[in-house]
Amino acid sequence: MNGKALPYLLLMPATLFLCVFFLYPFALVAFEAVTRDGAFTLDNFRTMAGSWKFPVTVSNTLLLAAIVVPIQLAMALLMASVVSRLETGRSVALYIFAIPLGISDLAAGLIWLAIFDQSGFLNTLLSTLGIVDRPIMFLGYQDKLTIFVAVALAEIWRATAIMMVILVAGMGLIPKEYCEAAEVFGAGPWKRFIRITLPLLRPSLQTAIILRVILAFEVFAVVAALGGTNLPVLMGETYNWQFTLQDRNVAAASALLILAISIGFTLFFLRVLRVPKEARI
Amino acid sequence: MAEIAIKGVAKRFGGFTALHQVDLAIADQEFMVLLGASGCGKTTLLRIVAGLETPSQGEVWIGGRRVDHLPPRERGIAMVFQNYAVFPHLTVFENIAFGLRMKKLPQQEVERRVNRTAELMHIEQLLKRYSGQLSGGQRQRVAVARALAVEPDVILMDEPLSNLDALLRLEMRAELKGVLAASKTTTIYVTHDQVEAMSLADRIAVMHQGRIVQAASPVEVYRDPAARFVGSFIGNPPMNFLPASKAANGGWSVAGLTLPGPRSERQNIEFAIRPEDVDAGDDGLQATVRVIEPLGPHTLVTCDVEGGLFRAVLDSGATVAVGDRLRLAPKPDRIRWFDPETTNAL
Ligand SMILES: Nc1ncnc2c1ncn2[C@@H]1O[C@H](COP(=O)(O)OP(=O)(O)O)[C@@H](O)[C@H]1O
Ligand SMILES: [Mg+2]
Repeated sequence: MNGKALPYLLLMPATLFLCVFFLYPFALVAFEAVTRDGAFTLDNFRTMAGSWKFPVTVSNTLLLAAIVVPIQLAMALLMASVVSRLETGRSVALYIFAIPLGISDLAAGLIWLAIFDQSGFLNTLLSTLGIVDRPIMFLGYQDKLTIFVAVALAEIWRATAIMMVILVAGMGLIPKEYCEAAEVFGAGPWKRFIRITLPLLRPSLQTAIILRVILAFEVFAVVAALGGTNLPVLMGETYNWQFTLQDRNVAAASALLILAISIGFTLFFLRVLRVPKEARI
Repeated sequence: MAEIAIKGVAKRFGGFTALHQVDLAIADQEFMVLLGASGCGKTTLLRIVAGLETPSQGEVWIGGRRVDHLPPRERGIAMVFQNYAVFPHLTVFENIAFGLRMKKLPQQEVERRVNRTAELMHIEQLLKRYSGQLSGGQRQRVAVARALAVEPDVILMDEPLSNLDALLRLEMRAELKGVLAASKTTTIYVTHDQVEAMSLADRIAVMHQGRIVQAASPVEVYRDPAARFVGSFIGNPPMNFLPASKAANGGWSVAGLTLPGPRSERQNIEFAIRPEDVDAGDDGLQATVRVIEPLGPHTLVTCDVEGGLFRAVLDSGATVAVGDRLRLAPKPDRIRWFDPETTNAL
């Protein structure tokens, strides 16, 4: 057999699978988004954007991503630095940090609901300690801020580990000599982190941030569990259009919007955190 | 002034002892070479001086200051790493400037020093490039320039030439010697290459299995090895060793020859002589020629003496053939004796 053809042949099944179960449905959705009753139109996008909920949805989603992702990045960097420096027990620490990864986002939302609920852990704790005499309603429909904070907390708890795992792997790829050289030439721990580790970590940072940002725009189950409809986000609205309002075309448009935002941010981070070829390790 | 004193330094990695009780004093501006086979603890000792490794025991003093509890950046040292460790994300200019920026020198001074050291190392034309765009030799120059730019009291080098090809190594060796002599720093230079050690060092510290066996000038290390190991490690080909047994008149009998030697209680000691310190003549050690290697300036002859291997460097004009029986007369003032138990020189 021709050796050159072999790699392509081996990729065939996966490619076919992708075409059938991803590209084709994607094309269908894209088609639905720009048509109504068989005719091309942008009405679906207009309907979506015209809904009174739309601006809130967009701003909630963006704000959530803008707050959650940087906090997660900082925490993941800190945790990865600590884990990387461990001489023994590194994998144990990694496993422990990674536990929330094994829990689905809906389950995570429910866990945090159990904490913040009127009869939840937090209220039990507060009343046991005598700090409050009546349970507080944390997640009531007028408590937008508390809901927001609870969602952010749940998201941080749930998905920081994925970033950390990527960053730990990335830090492992940086030869120890660079940090030692920096240390000899006068850089303290903080300077070494800023001037050596961070720049050399750019490829992993890129992967971690892009992955996390995309996930942040798809936030849904955690919000649904903690806030119901009190904190509308893009994915929730897409769900609404599809199942509550039974409008597949607008739902498709909404899904495309999420995709566009994700692609936009991906390109942005690819560009910003790009490592020039000559400056690679 | 930056004299270095290593006092009773030991290093253990778990159950393995990499360094046993090492003592070494290095004078200000001295070029000290740590020489030894791979795995003998050279790098470990150098890293302890640098502060990248903490000794299990003992003290390190630099310039009259005890430094073993200080981080590397407070020791007044610079280092050239074996794999250069030129930062890949910085230009050559910024690499050389790294130590200066950490000291927060004004931009003007940074530029002056970077340009001066770059010129010294002949890399002025590379300042805008990245490490990935340099050859091994150029990278090594950048690493040296980065170390010189901070004008350190002490420069530590870990096999800096070992990754270069032979010709380049020769060129860099001569250049390093000149540059470092001019910079008036104290240097500790690690290598496993004895020719490099001989050519660069003011003094060589020969290491073996975590110990310094001898620290002396290159000529002394070569001529008067303090221990059998030094004689067998240094010199190419290395020293010849033959068993010697006590003779009646207080001398020692070696391969059919009776020679005056040291006083010793022992009945058997070891006789040693460098291959170039024997003359073929009518009298001497009885040798049977096994292999002849004409090397141009001289001829290397491998013989059989008392059932053991013995190498002699003869004049290239000598007419010998395989199977010849030779008499090899050792030059009396070049004969060395070793105690077979302690392996120390007698
Ligand atoms: N971090 C370490 N952990 C365990 N053993 C080590 C470590 N560093 C060095 N060693 C051991 O110590 C000995 C000396 O190593 P090294 O100083 O690197 O030798 P050299 O530089 O002379 O080749 C070697 O046997 C090596 O395996
Ligand atoms: Mg070494």
